[in-house]
Amino acid sequence: MRSRYAPILFFSAVVIAVQLLTFTTDRQQYLTQLTMTGYYSLVIVGLCMLMGYAGQISLGHAGFFAIGGYVSAFLTTYDLMQHKANPLIGLFSRAGLIVTVQDLYGGDALVFHPWAACIAAILVTVLISYVIGGPVLKLKGHYLAMATLGFGTIVYKIVIGTSFFGAADGLSDIPGFKLLPGLEVSGKTPVRIQNYYISWGMVALAMLLLTNLIHSRAGKALRAIHSAEDAANAMGVNTGRYKLNIFVLSAVFAAVGGVFLTHYNGGIGPSEASIMKSVRYVAIVAIGGMANLWGALSMGIILNFFSLRGYFGSYDDAVFGVILILIMLFAPEGLLRREVFQGAKKWLSGRRKTEGQKA
Amino acid sequence: MNIELLSQYLVAGITYGTIYAIVAIGFNIIYNATGIINFAQGEFVMLGGMIAVSLHSFMPLPAAILAAVLVAMIIGALIEIIFIRWLVSPSVLRMIIITIGISIFIREAALHVWGEAVRALPYFTGTEVTVISVGDVHISPQVLWVTGISALMVIILTFFFNYTLLGRQMRACSANRDAARLCGISAKNMVTLSFVLSAGIGALAGCVVSPITYVQYDSGTGLAIKGFTVAILGGLGNSTAAIAAGLILGILESFSVWVMPAAFKDVVSISILLLILFVRPSGIFGSVEASRLKEF
Repeated sequence: MRSRYAPILFFSAVVIAVQLLTFTTDRQQYLTQLTMTGYYSLVIVGLCMLMGYAGQISLGHAGFFAIGGYVSAFLTTYDLMQHKANPLIGLFSRAGLIVTVQDLYGGDALVFHPWAACIAAILVTVLISYVIGGPVLKLKGHYLAMATLGFGTIVYKIVIGTSFFGAADGLSDIPGFKLLPGLEVSGKTPVRIQNYYISWGMVALAMLLLTNLIHSRAGKALRAIHSAEDAANAMGVNTGRYKLNIFVLSAVFAAVGGVFLTHYNGGIGPSEASIMKSVRYVAIVAIGGMANLWGALSMGIILNFFSLRGYFGSYDDAVFGVILILIMLFAPEGLLRREVFQGAKKWLSGRRKTEGQKA
Repeated sequence: MNIELLSQYLVAGITYGTIYAIVAIGFNIIYNATGIINFAQGEFVMLGGMIAVSLHSFMPLPAAILAAVLVAMIIGALIEIIFIRWLVSPSVLRMIIITIGISIFIREAALHVWGEAVRALPYFTGTEVTVISVGDVHISPQVLWVTGISALMVIILTFFFNYTLLGRQMRACSANRDAARLCGISAKNMVTLSFVLSAGIGALAGCVVSPITYVQYDSGTGLAIKGFTVAILGGLGNSTAAIAAGLILGILESFSVWVMPAAFKDVVSISILLLILFVRPSGIFGSVEASRLKEF
């Protein structure tokens, strides 16, 4: 029981240590990319659940990320002033869902509160993922891959072709997201440290949730589905329902990452919905070892951070493509799989033993 | 809405439809030989166009196209030999991810070699303003080149698969690999050959269509999705049906411009893909019973 939560405690300690390290070495600017990495990590751990535990590939997760980001961005920036007379708007306003903010020219604008927008984004994602997931998850192999790829492409084409989503420019000037008084998700320098903790706090929370899920009855059912779907079905596991629920769960993880990153960056562009982003998430999960949450998380942190810092230069996408090929050719079980650690442990302990015998 | 406009849309639809059908046939050739979908198929089309444009600056057009097709065939063979040949019964998921990786790699390499510029071969006959008028319908001669060469390719492929020893060996391998090997056919070489063939026809399609659609480092992905839609629509592995399906998709897409903005043209074809996958994954011409027996 205790060992289940030990990695999360260790993880939290690392998060705090990294912040202190950037503070003492005066590299606070790294916190910006680290915060963004945290939100991308939410997508990755969600996708890891879907790919590793439910055994279903999704080449459209950037689509869910973008749905979250765009819905939230649109609702918090679209001025409802001209629809003020609409009774629905009045209802929302009385319920406190709509707030008055100052627009660029100093005038008043009516927009949705970020909390309302965030919840709306999640609801939209749940709805879409249920509708899409139902028929998609009945497919297998190539068909499943192509269907999810098709879904991602549709989202991309819609956001890039729709003028109120800003077409190719995307949406910008998104206000910060005040979670609680004094706690705001935004890219302003004074709140940099608090945003770092918001981001990684959410990742820790997500890991706690998923760890519990894996160790629950549902988690065992999922592993059964991954290793032999027909057998699981025969044992009375409702495979269809489990797969759909995990699909929706991972879509929501992606959408939440999208909502928060959009508020943090103050904008979102169509590139967030591109196929390359989806492929990148799949690549990271594959490198981490499909059914290995901590592996996917650590690989996600390293690769996303390097990519956001621009270490890969103009070879950014190429790096992910090559990594995908190499991993799938030589280590289809992933780089950080349990056997590697156990092998290393055995090797280390074996060496210590022989040293002890010598002494 | 008048009859001229209708025929004009029809011609545009047929032109694009032919190209989609050729890409779909490329998918089918590799699928029949290996049982895998080559997600890098669209990249062959892009490579064909790009290489031909580069070679055309110092050699005549026919030679440039021929050389481009040959280079694409060599690349196809290399991909199979380096990445696929030595894998022992890989899982479908693994193959999907590998071919996606290959497509990203080719695309990024193209970006670094050719940059982001949009390129095109010159029109094979005349210029972009030359038209052949049939009644009130105006057709660019390039449209005739596209449909003509595609038709020729289909005829040659049909002949190849039905009447040559090599083509029949390939068919034997896709029908029953073990039995074909017992007859002394090298299944591995047939797989390599399938990559060579499908790269070659993809590249040729890329050359003939580039004056109309232009070619850019990332134009392969869109074509691959369309080609896959067509392959599914016709029933995976069935190349004759793919031609009909290609024309259907091309015409539907071209008429969709009427009811919604042109920016959503791709959304139409992908929605068709999703619809077909959900409702009738065996394709409109495929048999449901037969597709249940296949492995995806």
